[in-house]
Amino acid sequence: MNILTGNDLKSGAVVWWDGGAWSHDVNAAADVGSDGDAINAREEAAQRVVSAYIIAADAGPHGIRPAHIKDRIRALGPTVRLDLTLQPGDADAATRVI
Amino acid sequence: MYQYDQYDQAMVDTRVAEFRDQTARRLDGRISEEAFRPLRLMNGLYLQLHAYMLRVAIPYGTLSGAQMRLLGDIADKYDRGYGHFTTRQNIQYNWIKLSEAPDILADLATVEMHAIQTSGNCIRNISADQYAGAAADEITDPRPYAELLRQWSSFHPEFCALPRKFKFAVIGSETDRAAMRLHDIGIQIVRNAAGELGCAFYVGGGMGRTPMIAPLINAFVPLDQLITYSEACLRVYNRYGRRDNKYKARIKILVHELGKDEYTRQVEAEFAHLLTQNIEPPLAEFARIKAFFADPAFDPAAPDAMPNGDPAFLRWVKANTAAHKARGYAIAVISLKPAGGIPGDASADQIRTMADLARDYSFDEARVTHTQNIVLPHVRKADLFALWQKLVDADLATANLDSIGDIIACPGLDYCSLANARSIPVAQRISEKFAAPVRQDAIGELKLKISGCINACGHHHAGHIGILGVDRKGVENYQLSLGGSEGADCSLGTITGPGFSEDGIVTAVEQVTEVYLAQKQGEERFLDTYRRIGMAPFKEAIYG
Amino acid sequence: MVEPQLRFRDDAPVDSPAIGLADFTAGSNVAAVRIEAGEDARLLLPHLASLRLVEIVFPAFTDGRGMSAARVLREAGYAGELRAVGAVLVDQLAAMRRCGFDAFAPAKPLDAKDAEAALARWGIVYQSAADGVRPIWALRHAAAG
Repeated sequence: MNILTGNDLKSGAVVWWDGGAWSHDVNAAADVGSDGDAINAREEAAQRVVSAYIIAADAGPHGIRPAHIKDRIRALGPTVRLDLTLQPGDADAATRVI
Repeated sequence: MYQYDQYDQAMVDTRVAEFRDQTARRLDGRISEEAFRPLRLMNGLYLQLHAYMLRVAIPYGTLSGAQMRLLGDIADKYDRGYGHFTTRQNIQYNWIKLSEAPDILADLATVEMHAIQTSGNCIRNISADQYAGAAADEITDPRPYAELLRQWSSFHPEFCALPRKFKFAVIGSETDRAAMRLHDIGIQIVRNAAGELGCAFYVGGGMGRTPMIAPLINAFVPLDQLITYSEACLRVYNRYGRRDNKYKARIKILVHELGKDEYTRQVEAEFAHLLTQNIEPPLAEFARIKAFFADPAFDPAAPDAMPNGDPAFLRWVKANTAAHKARGYAIAVISLKPAGGIPGDASADQIRTMADLARDYSFDEARVTHTQNIVLPHVRKADLFALWQKLVDADLATANLDSIGDIIACPGLDYCSLANARSIPVAQRISEKFAAPVRQDAIGELKLKISGCINACGHHHAGHIGILGVDRKGVENYQLSLGGSEGADCSLGTITGPGFSEDGIVTAVEQVTEVYLAQKQGEERFLDTYRRIGMAPFKEAIYG
Repeated sequence: MVEPQLRFRDDAPVDSPAIGLADFTAGSNVAAVRIEAGEDARLLLPHLASLRLVEIVFPAFTDGRGMSAARVLREAGYAGELRAVGAVLVDQLAAMRRCGFDAFAPAKPLDAKDAEAALARWGIVYQSAADGVRPIWALRHAAAG
């Protein structure tokens, strides 16, 4: 699947396009198919999100898994500070990301 | 320490107001991201993987207790309870909101701090010897020179859109503790035959994709021509530095392509012209600045004997203190490299504790080192034990300065949008592996430096052992290099061969240290042995 | 000819178009010349007395070569109009003024109020540049000097 991600202009937080709005949860990401560029152009004009880009991802047993390690770390948070990630209680989260 | 007058204060206050206005225009859409990016970068604000990151300037690495305390408070108030001390003697925060950045700058301005030019294609924060004003081997304190340069370079109208970033370092000792020749301009304060102080200019060093050691272009620039000469160096760069390729835009490429002699000739011609323009501050201004860096009131009766006691304390004294110029005093270094920890990170509470310790034991002064540690520059030897006990209580008493556990690591792919691989987990695993004091002591001085990408923020080229993280088809891979050094014997490391997985690099480092221990003669450090026996024995041990 | 959006001069603007540096140095006898980023402003130094307008082109707002070009001309005594043309942003106006520009022809028009605020913001400066403003070090030592 193709998903769209960027950072929230105001907070800088990682966000994912869920089909109608931007979510902090990668698992909410919508498959944008081939519409990514069009959505991106529209959203860029709205100036809520910066540096948005389209990535490939797979839907797997633990949810949506971006194809590239950088985006997997963006989806989770720093692997060396699990307490600050989106899954603070999950000790295996870092291993799964790599 | 330098203190602002009404002019310095007005400059930072104006900057806060300007950035507040720029941020408001960005948030309401009047400025595009493309146009805003250089503006926020010039105020130290990056967009990283998880949030904005703010890099706060700590000019020449010197700060007061009150400034340090505010850095701790900012970590709590605007970030997530910690900060990261960097290889540019600065501190950065990883979880900043754009909408709050102007407020942070306003808070910083209350203690004479700022984030001016900590990023962007401009003259960056001026770094200096972290032992300035305290080192036993110093000719003179380099910080008045650095402060003069700081003021000259702040908001310099001609050099606000350089081809690329530009870094100065200034030292005042023969011993180079600031990696001076790996900067765009490295200045060493020297004395000429007549006994006058002046500046030796080394231009065109740097790490990154194309590491180079800066050549000497002028052995003695008189003190009252320092700014004019710097302006000439920068003007030639601004006019002729490459702008067609980001990776060839640093001044090191210009100096290399023109040749040192031709670059120097152009600088000297520009310098001769600029001397007619009267742009140099008068020596009275230098004297005014220098007065702020006068020695604190050292106690002439301070006992000079090194205290005795607890073996753990003695080990810390041996590893983490350095000779001070004043009798009865020592330089004490607080390691931010606990085994298994994140190099350079400190919690808000730890930062505030270090602020208190600076106030109580070091004339209210602390330093940040380019190796991501904190220095208390002026500690009475008689106070070292009490200081150490407080460090133990705050988990800040790791005794590993310049040892294999004292690793420099950039934030890497855990935080940085430029990184190709994670640096911190590798540092954590290596420091854990070598945590046993007996093992660390057997290996002795060994500077290990890790970068998570070719930009080399972790100084891997200058590591006795260097590690560079790369992306190999989406998988982290680590290249090993040996034989780098940042000191007066500056050299660049040589890559051993094919890279390793995360597990593999830890094993390879272990194998390298074993070769050293087996081959070392007498008091040789790792670097000495490597230079004597060369790469081959290490390669054989690693690759078989 | 590029009309300046902002002009800080009292004399009448030159009404003939600026010509390129190569044509100019080949012998044209006009009062207005345009230099591109990367061209050497020092080639104009023998002709400064006859020039009334120099346009300096900024191909991108990240390209600061024009800043040095402007100072080179002012330091040599050029007193005519110095016009920044092209990628000129509101937040660069103050620095450009310091380098000696006294007219601006941005490719994208600037918001007049933002421009006014940006130009009024910096009352004091750290360095000596081409605008004749006394730097802070001179103010500090005014009594002694």
